[in-house]
Amino acid sequence: MQKVYNKILSVTGNVITVKAEGVSYEELAEISISRGKSLAQVIKLDRDIVSLQVFAGSQGISTNDEVRFLGNPMRVTFSDDMLGRIFNGSGIPRDKGPSLSENMIEIAGPSVNPAKRIIPRNMIRTNIPMIDVFNSLVVSQKLPIFSVSGEPYNELLARIALQAEVDMIILGGIGLKYDQYMYFKNTLEEGGALSRSIFFIHTASDPIVEGLMVPDLCLAVAEKFALNGKNVLVLLTDMTNFADALKEIAITMEQVPSNRGYPGDLYSQLAARYEKAVDFDDAGSVTVLAVTTMPGDDVTHPVPDNTGYITEGQFYLRNGRIEPFGSLSRLKQQVNDKTRDDHRAIMDGMIQLYAQYNETEEKRAMGFRMSDWDKKLLKYGKLFEDRMMNLKVNISLEEALDRGWETLAECFTPDETGFRTELVKKFWPKSVQNEVEKKDQPSGETDKDAKETDAVSESEETSADKKNTTEPSEEDAETGQIKETEAESGEPVKKPSASKKKKPKKEKRGKRPKKS
Amino acid sequence: MNKTKGTIIGINGNMISVEFEGNIIQNEVGYAITGDDRLKSEVVKIRGNIAYMQVFEITKGLKIGDAVEFSGEMLSVQLGPGLLGMVYDGLQNPLNELAALHGFFLKRGVVLDALDFKQKWEFTPAVKKGDPVRAASVLGTVPEGIFDHKIFVPFHLQGEFKVVSIVEKGNYTVTDTIATIENDRGEKHELCMYFEWPVKLPIEFYREKHLPTEPLVTQTRIIDTFFPVAKGGTYCIPGPFGAGKTVLQQVTSRFAEADIVIIAACGERAGEVVETLREFPEITDPRTGKSLMERTIIICNTSSMPVAAREASVYTAATLGEYYRQMGLDVLLLADSTSRWAQAMRELSGRLEEIPGEEAFPAYLESRIAQFYERAGLVEFEDGNFGSLTIGGTVSPAGGNFEEPVTQSTLKVVGAFHGLSRDRSNARRYPAIDPLDSWSKYESFIENKQIEYARDILRKGHDVHQMMLVVGEEGTSIEDFSIYLKSEFLDNVYLQQNSFDSVDGATSPERQKYVFNFVYNVLFRKFDFKEKDTARNFFNKLRQLFIDWNYIDMKDEEFKQQEAKISDLIEGEATEKNSTEKKEKAETESENKDEKKMEKGESKNAVEAPEKMQEKAKPDEKNSPENEEKPNRPDQRKPPEEKKGEE
Ligand SMILES: Nc1ncnc2c1ncn2[C@@H]1O[C@H](COP(=O)(O)OP(=O)(O)OP(=O)(O)O)[C@@H](O)[C@H]1O
Ligand SMILES: [Mg+2]
Repeated sequence: MQKVYNKILSVTGNVITVKAEGVSYEELAEISISRGKSLAQVIKLDRDIVSLQVFAGSQGISTNDEVRFLGNPMRVTFSDDMLGRIFNGSGIPRDKGPSLSENMIEIAGPSVNPAKRIIPRNMIRTNIPMIDVFNSLVVSQKLPIFSVSGEPYNELLARIALQAEVDMIILGGIGLKYDQYMYFKNTLEEGGALSRSIFFIHTASDPIVEGLMVPDLCLAVAEKFALNGKNVLVLLTDMTNFADALKEIAITMEQVPSNRGYPGDLYSQLAARYEKAVDFDDAGSVTVLAVTTMPGDDVTHPVPDNTGYITEGQFYLRNGRIEPFGSLSRLKQQVNDKTRDDHRAIMDGMIQLYAQYNETEEKRAMGFRMSDWDKKLLKYGKLFEDRMMNLKVNISLEEALDRGWETLAECFTPDETGFRTELVKKFWPKSVQNEVEKKDQPSGETDKDAKETDAVSESEETSADKKNTTEPSEEDAETGQIKETEAESGEPVKKPSASKKKKPKKEKRGKRPKKS
Repeated sequence: MNKTKGTIIGINGNMISVEFEGNIIQNEVGYAITGDDRLKSEVVKIRGNIAYMQVFEITKGLKIGDAVEFSGEMLSVQLGPGLLGMVYDGLQNPLNELAALHGFFLKRGVVLDALDFKQKWEFTPAVKKGDPVRAASVLGTVPEGIFDHKIFVPFHLQGEFKVVSIVEKGNYTVTDTIATIENDRGEKHELCMYFEWPVKLPIEFYREKHLPTEPLVTQTRIIDTFFPVAKGGTYCIPGPFGAGKTVLQQVTSRFAEADIVIIAACGERAGEVVETLREFPEITDPRTGKSLMERTIIICNTSSMPVAAREASVYTAATLGEYYRQMGLDVLLLADSTSRWAQAMRELSGRLEEIPGEEAFPAYLESRIAQFYERAGLVEFEDGNFGSLTIGGTVSPAGGNFEEPVTQSTLKVVGAFHGLSRDRSNARRYPAIDPLDSWSKYESFIENKQIEYARDILRKGHDVHQMMLVVGEEGTSIEDFSIYLKSEFLDNVYLQQNSFDSVDGATSPERQKYVFNFVYNVLFRKFDFKEKDTARNFFNKLRQLFIDWNYIDMKDEEFKQQEAKISDLIEGEATEKNSTEKKEKAETESENKDEKKMEKGESKNAVEAPEKMQEKAKPDEKNSPENEEKPNRPDQRKPPEEKKGEE
C-alpha cells in the first residue's frame, strides 16, 4: 500500500517537504523528477508535514513531481552474489550486472551489546613495516588515515586491501574522484581481489546527499557477512566528505551549528559508523580503515578531531609515508606480544633512535658540528626511512624485524642501541663476515622457494640482504645505499602477500646462521 | 493512578512531540508504541498540551499518530542488593542479561529489571516492632560481597512511621515483603528490599555535608602527592584525544582506595569498557582478596548507543553512588567522558530549538555540570557515621583546546584539575598530567612546604629550559642548569609512572611519603658541580638508579639495597671534591654510554616544548619528531608497551 503524493510544498537545499499521512520516520520515498527517479529519506515529521532529503539533489524538482512512499526504511540486498559487484550510494548497481533485490536487510541497525564484545586478539598483517612492526593493525580495529589531499591515501588503502589477510573487502567511496574509483577497480582486479570485494561508490560528481548512505550500506553488509563468519575489511574514503554532507543537510534544516558549521551531533554520527567495527566471538569480524582528509592540514578541524576521539588510534600519512610519530594503533599491544620476541623491542628501540636522528638532523640543518654519534644517527635515519618508512617496501613482519636488526647492526654496536642482552644474543646479526660470504652466492637461487609466491618482494629481500653484505665492507656506505633505495622505490606496488609467504621467510631466517 | 495517554505529532531525530490529555510531570517516563516495540522516553519539556520527549532508542519507523503511554513515574533506577558487579546500560538495563536473551545486538524496546528478583539474600533485621522509622532509616542488612548492604526505608516515603512488622533473620528475595510500616494516619506500607528512586534527584538523607579533607588515595604519585583528590571531592581530567584520560581512569578504578567504584562509560568506545569488563573479574583486589568486579559497577552507554540514554547515564551512575554512600561507604564515580554527556544535552537542546549558547551548547550547560558535581560530597548521617561520594570526570575538549564551554564550566566547580597535555603524551611522559598547569584545592598527605618547593623547581626548571632554547646550553649558568636537571629528575622519577607495571603502577601513600622525602632531599641539596657534563652524568645515573628503585617492591630486601646505592651515589657526589681522581676515572669508563644518554637528555629539552597546553596542536608540530620522544627512562629494557603485555 504505497502512498503517492504530488504536491511538493517546499524545496530548500536538498530537502523537500510534502503533506502526507501515515509516513514513518526514516522511511524512504521515490521521487520522479524529470531527469529521472531519486530516492529520498524522511528526516523530520511535523504533524502532516514531511521533510525528506533527496539523494539525487533537488535540481530540477518540480512542485508537482510525484512522491511515492515505499513503506520501508533504507535497505540493502545481502547475498554472496554481491561479491565483485559495484553499487552506488543508493545501493543500486552501477556496473552492468543484474539488479539484486533479494534478502533485503536494514541498514544502520542497532549496536552490538558491549557485553558481547571480546578483547581484540588477532593481528592483520599488511606487509607494510610502518604498520605491522610499529603500529599493528588489529582485527576489529577502527582506524582513520589522517592526511591532506594529494597524499597517496587511496593507493595506501588499495594496497592494504590487497595485502591484508581478510576474507573480503568492502570499499565505500564518498565523493570519490572518478579516476580514483577506476584506480581501485583496476588495482583490485589486477590483484585478483575484485571477486572478494564489494564496492559502494559515490563519486565526486554524484549528488552530495547520496554519499550519506555509503558508510551505512557498507557497514550493514559487512556486519552481515561477519555474522556469517567472514573477516571483513571495510575501507571508507573519504569520511570528511561524509561529514560535509551531514553539514550540508544540517544547515538546510536550520540546525544550530556547533563548530565551523558542523552539526552538534557530528561525534555521535561518526561514532555510530565507526563503532560497527567488531569481532564476533564465534563468527567473523569487521575492521574499518577510513581516510579522513584534514582541511588545511589541521588536525583540530572538527572532522579529524571528532574522529580521533572515536577511533582506536590513527595513521598519519605525510609526504607519502606513514609518520612514525603521531601515528598510533591503540590496540597494538593486544597483539604484538604474540608475534616474535623482538617485536616490541624493535618497535620501541628503532623509533627511539629515529627520534634521536630527527634531533640530530635538526642540529645538522642549523649548522652544528656533528659528533661521531651524530654521524651514526644520520646514517641510521636515512636507512630507516628507506627500508622501513618507504611505502614501497613490501615485506612480512618477520622480514621487517630482521631488516631492523640488520639496519641497527650496520649503524651501531649493540650497547649503543640499549636493547636487552638476551635479545641481542638472539637476533643481532652474527658478523659481517657471514654476510659477505653470502653475497658471493647467486642470491636469486638461495631463496627460490619463497620467490614463487611473490617474486617482487623477494627481489626486494635480496636487495636488503645485499645492502647488508656490501655496506659494512665499505667505510662509508652512504652513497651506495641511496642508489639501492632508488632501485627499490622504482619497484611497483606488490601483489598480495598472503600468509603462505611468511613461513618460508621465517625458515630462511633460521637458516641464515648455518651459512656461516 | 489513571495513566495519561498521548499521540505523537512530530518526530525529529530522537525527539518526539506528543499531544496529551490529562496531567504529566517533567522528567516523567513514557513509552512510544510502534508495532510490538515500546520505546522508553522521557518528558523534557511541556508546553500546553504538548510534551516534548527524548526517546532512549532509535526512532526509526515511528509514525505521526502513534500512541504514547505515560508511566506516572520519573526516570528511576532500582536500588537494592545485587547492584555490585553489574554491567548496566545508561538506563540500568543489565547488559549481560540482555545478551543472554537477545544475543549480539541491543534489541530495541527491551526493558529488564536491574536486580535479580530470584536471588535470595540473608537479611538480618535491625529494627523491631514499634520502632520509629522514616525514609532512609535502616531496617536491616544483607551481606553483599564484602559489604553489609543496608536495607533502607524507601527514600520517597514522607513523614514518620512505626514498624508494624518485621521478618526474622532469613533468606529473602528483593521482592519479598520484609517489613510493614504505618504512619499516624494509619497508612500502611509493605516494604521489600528494593525500591526505586528518580535519577535526576539527589539523595540527600544526611545531617550535614562536610568539606572534604581526607585524601582519596589513587596510588598515582603525581595525583596523590601534587594534585590530590579528597574523599567526597570532585576533579576533572581534560585532555586531547589519545592523551591518556581513559587509561588514567582505568588505573584509578583499579588502585583507588575507595570501597566502591562506579565506572560510567559515557559515550566513549565500547572496546574500552570491554577491557574492564573482561579483566576486572580476573584481578584480585589486594585490599579485600576478592575480585575487583565485586566492588565495581559499570554503567556503559557507549558512543553508538542511543544518545538520550547517554544523557541519563551519568545520573544513573550518580544515583547508585549516592545510594552506596548512604551505607557509610566511600564511593568513587569515574565518568568518561562528561563531554559526551554535554554533547547529548546539546543535541537535545538543538532539537528543542532552544536559544543556543557558546558552541551551540545550551545556556544551562554550566548549571547542569555544577549540579552533577554537586552530588559528590562527604556527608555525616544522623547516626554520626560518614560516607562519601567522589566524582572524577574526563573532559574531551574540541581540538584539545581548554578554552571551551565544557572544560571551563567544569573548572569552575571541581576541586582539582588534572590537565593532560599533548606535549607530555607525545613525549610519552605518562601520566600526561601537566605539572605546571594542574591544581588541586585538597590537602596532600605530603607537607605543603615540600610540595611548594618541588613545584617551584619544576617551574624554574621549565623557565631555564625555555631560556636554553634561545641561548643554548653554553649561555646557561651551571646553577640554572642544575635546577633544570633537578626538575627533569623529579619529572622522570616521580611524576612519571609506568601504569602498567605491577609495582610502579601503584604507589602506596607510605611509599610515596618515603620516596618523596628522598626526592625532596635531592632537590633541596646544593650540589657543587663544576661542569655541566658532570652534572648531567650524575643526574643520569641517579635517574637510572631511581627508576630501578621504583620497580622494586618496598617489601623486597632489594629495596633497601637499591636505596643504599642511591645514597652512595649522592654522598659520593657530595664528597667528590675531595676525591676527584677516583671519580673521574669511573666516569671515563662509562663515558661512551653516558654520551648517548646525554643526547637523550638534550633531546628531551626540546620536547618540553614551549607551547602551552591550551595551544592547538597543529598537525605538523604534532608530528614533528621531537614530540615523539620516547619514555624517558634510559633503561630501554622496559618500554611501556612491553610492560602492559607483561601484566
Ligand atoms: N599511562 C600510560 N602509560 C602508557 N601508555 C599510555 C598511558 N596513557 C595512555 N597511553 C597510551 O595512549 C593511548 C591513548 O590513551 P587513552 O585511551 O587513555 O586516551 P584518551 O585521552 O582517553 O583518548 P580519547 O579522548 O580519544 O578517548 C593508549 O592506548 C596508550 O597507548
Ligand atoms: Mg578515552
